Amino acid sequence: MAKIVAVTGNEAVANALRQVNPDVCAAYPITPQTDMMQRFASFVSDGKVDTEIILVESEHSAMSACIGAAAGGGRVVTATSSQGLALMWEMLFIAAGTRLPIVMPVVNRALSSPLNIHGDHSDAMGARDSGWIQLWSENAQEAYDNTIQAFRIAEHMDIRLPVMVCLDGFITSHSIERIEYLEDDEVKNFAGEYQQLYPLLDVDNPKSYGPLILPDLYMEYKRAQHEVMTRVSKFVLDVAADFEKLSGRKYGLFESYRLDDAEIALVILNSAAGTAKDVVDEFRDKGIKAGLLKPRLFRPFPYEEVASALKSAKAICVMDRADSFGGFGPMYMEIASAMMLNGSRPILINKIYGLGGRDFMPEHAQMVISELDEIAKGGKIKTFKEYIGVRE
Amino acid sequence: MTTSLTLKELSKKEDLFTHGHRMCSGCGAPIAVKQILLASDYPIVASNATGCLEVSSCISQYTAWKIPWIHSAFENAAATISGVETMYRALRKKGKIDKEIKFIAFGGDGGTYDIGFQSLSGAMERWHDMLYVCYDNGAYMNTGIQRSSATPLGADTTTSPAGSVIPGKLQPRKNMTKIMAAHGIPYVAQASPAHWKDLMTKVRKALEIKGPKFINVIAPCNRGWRSKTDDAILLSRLAADTCYWPLYEVENGVYKINYKPKEKKPVVDFLRPQGRFKHLFARENEWLLQKGQEDVDREWESLLKEAGAE
Repeated sequence: MAKIVAVTGNEAVANALRQVNPDVCAAYPITPQTDMMQRFASFVSDGKVDTEIILVESEHSAMSACIGAAAGGGRVVTATSSQGLALMWEMLFIAAGTRLPIVMPVVNRALSSPLNIHGDHSDAMGARDSGWIQLWSENAQEAYDNTIQAFRIAEHMDIRLPVMVCLDGFITSHSIERIEYLEDDEVKNFAGEYQQLYPLLDVDNPKSYGPLILPDLYMEYKRAQHEVMTRVSKFVLDVAADFEKLSGRKYGLFESYRLDDAEIALVILNSAAGTAKDVVDEFRDKGIKAGLLKPRLFRPFPYEEVASALKSAKAICVMDRADSFGGFGPMYMEIASAMMLNGSRPILINKIYGLGGRDFMPEHAQMVISELDEIAKGGKIKTFKEYIGVRE
Repeated sequence: MTTSLTLKELSKKEDLFTHGHRMCSGCGAPIAVKQILLASDYPIVASNATGCLEVSSCISQYTAWKIPWIHSAFENAAATISGVETMYRALRKKGKIDKEIKFIAFGGDGGTYDIGFQSLSGAMERWHDMLYVCYDNGAYMNTGIQRSSATPLGADTTTSPAGSVIPGKLQPRKNMTKIMAAHGIPYVAQASPAHWKDLMTKVRKALEIKGPKFINVIAPCNRGWRSKTDDAILLSRLAADTCYWPLYEVENGVYKINYKPKEKKPVVDFLRPQGRFKHLFARENEWLLQKGQEDVDREWESLLKEAGAE
């Protein structure tokens, strides 16, 4: 029986973590994640979870402690944002390379400099190549649902990889939304008992973690990591199917919104997709065949599936809430790669929007869709990469 | 039944840090690690900071560790073992583990005094039930003898080379053991593989105490110290006899000197066999030798005072 509540994204994710009841949580405060771990710390203090919490002295130590705890042989969580994720960067690769199923909500926030505490995707995009699975969430409901599913994906015996659950700082983390909570028992059963694999705490069967691997074998390790990533999307879908049976909410590798016959399309992540979908509807009402693709699984990226979903589009705008300075936005590069696999060559433009919490307004989406409409009709391409919503 | 600390009894125990590791011959660190693991009658789970000990003890499918062992990075041996120890508490609480297990983190001086200092300080403050062991060879030996904050005054290293203008490292070393004592943790000690019984007694004592513990062990490195391959134990002994490396412990804030040389030798006795100090014996560098002796004398006096043993 679902329970309908009005809560913030941080509160919803903290509640998902309470329901999953991990063995160990390591946490360090950083805006806008802080409130999530504060809530979780209250669950610990009030005996609502069995979790042992460690309040470490940095995010670097948070991830290091998570690595030790996960190797120990149990379920582990932490959460962070922005500079915290950047400070963890070294350890992210080690968590993934050691194949430890750690789950980490990332409340997306801009990176310094200049200092800015508001929502954008630079933090998680910077961790793109770390070997973590990344699930992205449009709103608090998706963040809650993704967090619950993340444990099943991470801990699957054929995967054993860490998972990041991304949600937009402030826009999602601090806004109150309508959420459907699952019952505690339902989540507990869905997550299941943690299954150990080579636990470090098994002193009768000692294992060495973290060897030195020289050029004779290093590449084989990396190929194994690549290969496991190629199998992830299947399990993400399996877990989503089970989750749908439980919740009635359907998840895929991405969301296709009015894409079937779309001639122009937006690709956009997280909260801004909600705004953009409304604008797509407006254009559809005017007879313009617009559609939208909202990625959910960003790592591993489902290139073939995305290419197939976008096959009818003649002009696509990839919207990035992060930049790769001197290159295109990170999402643009993925979509460009996907379209190459497709063999189709739609016109692909890139807009950088919403950095450091700059509002993404319906008029921004209107402007972009109008521009795409012109391009699809044979109009001139103004520029391939452009910042929108900026003061001149 | 605990094994008595006699060579006869200890020789019957299995070495948990085995032959086949690739530490340099004559290195002090594996001797200390063997002694530490032999001292315990409890099962041990260890973490290891990146460094000589780590890169030489677990390569590909070959491991010298017969205990569960984890290495993750350079600056976080304490944070990593704090995670393992926390998982142990979580699983023990749930009845999934019933054994009494002890936790040890090993780090070199670079991984302890410098890059790992924050994570060590944090783990101690969080009061994890763990022992942190620093094997102090006084420089970044693994990367090729670069100066660290444990490098003694005047030492010639690859990043504080004794040149025609600058005579080696110009700063004294950090007093890490005292800094750890200042954390107010229940047990801190300084030890040496030359005084093996003292070291092993300290390890035993530490493992019986709940909470965070720190032991600093001198670990001569013949490559970095430019000393004879078989001088590790001799130099460890000279370090104690000159009071360059006093053997003492701080238990619940109470200082105790464990070894007081009958006759305190001059520091030059410890410096002379080491090529890294060769330049200090040139006339123009006499002031450094003098300052080094003064530093040791002052520290020793202060230690005597702390221990009420003046």
